[in-house]
Amino acid sequence: MAMMTDFQFKPPATVLDERAEPARDITCPVSEAEAWEEGMVIRNLSAWYGSFQAIRDVNLLVGPKRVTAVIGPSGCGKSTLIRCLNRMHEVAPKARVAGQVYLRTEDIYGRGVDPVLVRRRVGMVFQKPNPFPTMSVFDNVAAGLRLNSLFSRRSHLADIVEQGLRRAALWDEVKDKLNRPATEPEVILMDEPCSALDPVATLKIEDLMRDLSASYAIVIVTHNMQQAARVADCTAVMMMAEDRAGEMVEFGATSDVFTNPRDKRTEDYITGRFG
Amino acid sequence: MARTLLERNLAGVQEEMLVMADMVEGAIQRSITALKNRDVELARQLIADDARINRKRYDTEERCIELIATQQPLAGDLRTIVAVLHMNVDLERMGDHAEGIAKIVVMLADEPPLKPYVDLPRMADIASEMLRDAIEAFKRRDADLARSAMNRDDEVDALYDQVYRELLTYMLNDPRTIERATRLLWVAHNLERIADRVTNVCERVAYLVTGKMEELNVSKY
Repeated sequence: MAMMTDFQFKPPATVLDERAEPARDITCPVSEAEAWEEGMVIRNLSAWYGSFQAIRDVNLLVGPKRVTAVIGPSGCGKSTLIRCLNRMHEVAPKARVAGQVYLRTEDIYGRGVDPVLVRRRVGMVFQKPNPFPTMSVFDNVAAGLRLNSLFSRRSHLADIVEQGLRRAALWDEVKDKLNRPATEPEVILMDEPCSALDPVATLKIEDLMRDLSASYAIVIVTHNMQQAARVADCTAVMMMAEDRAGEMVEFGATSDVFTNPRDKRTEDYITGRFG
Repeated sequence: MARTLLERNLAGVQEEMLVMADMVEGAIQRSITALKNRDVELARQLIADDARINRKRYDTEERCIELIATQQPLAGDLRTIVAVLHMNVDLERMGDHAEGIAKIVVMLADEPPLKPYVDLPRMADIASEMLRDAIEAFKRRDADLARSAMNRDDEVDALYDQVYRELLTYMLNDPRTIERATRLLWVAHNLERIADRVTNVCERVAYLVTGKMEELNVSKY
């Protein structure tokens, strides 16, 4: 619960490209203060599946009203990382987490914190749709609100559902892919939300992400680097270490990461020479 | 994993630009040789050859655009293509300045020589050396060499001042020299502009290496 005022975000030691001059400081457009007050601060986060360590000592700032992309090759721990951000990781058998994840200064892994309440505040859009098959579209959208008792009158609920569908604007085309949370979360996590979508639908989802980022912090895991470049304000790059644990090798403004990465591994990955 | 197609094409556009840099350096040297030797034939040849430099520029530019469109280059690859695109334009303009000198050689052909040329060839030599160093810096990805090449622009500027004062003296002493002296002033101006263009190339090399976009040397002119 305690606010770690002495926390300094430091990226891990990186392998600098020796050809280059010392690269300019890559500035992240997220201040620590913003992340503390309105976003998420991830500190020394490690996660295991049994004895296998999936991610190690990840540090990350998730800024409010921004899209943060997590990129990296398959198996580098991207999905594990975002599943740790709303306590979904621990649902897996023998899963374990160490480190801190602060949501607006509150450690979501703190003693006595209810993971269900965390998941209301940090919503997840899954790779595969999870509609309730016997429920109508309306009821599917309304389900989150009903479960959380976040409406008072039927007409109010209808308004919210309508608003949700209008926001999506492309429900007919993407209803099978984007199960937009109808509750009002503070952070939205998206794990490969556009995989297997056609390019037009993908661009519409990206527009939607931009719209949603006016109100929420969005964290997206994507294999599609062009998508990260198009949609994200900040980009985090993860790589697998020799023991296959995922580590964060770079985090910064998307424009910096894609034009002037400071880590050789990032350069090799985004230029398609590795991964 | 290698990106054979991207790498082959990336190497290709850089090769093309290096060929163009050779052509431009040759043009600068030939322009000043034509001036010194009052060689109208050489000057006319140089004027005709400028079209080849221009064509090369557009060919390279097209290949760069195609690479961006089809290969989505990023990071160092993207900076390389952007650097090549900019350097390409600067090189082509240097070629135009050399052509400008050749045109003046043709104009001066029927006039008696005003004076033996000392500072103008010196300016051309320094500008050529700067260009050679800038291109070497590009090949080696050496930002320090690019910066030291760029700093020599001050030498060219100083010689330009000297030529300007000298030609002004000719004109003041004998108004019949005004036309010839003015044309020679244009020659000096072309050389000064070539050196300025080399500083642009050097800035692009520094950007390519460091990712930092900045004006490293502000020319006096």
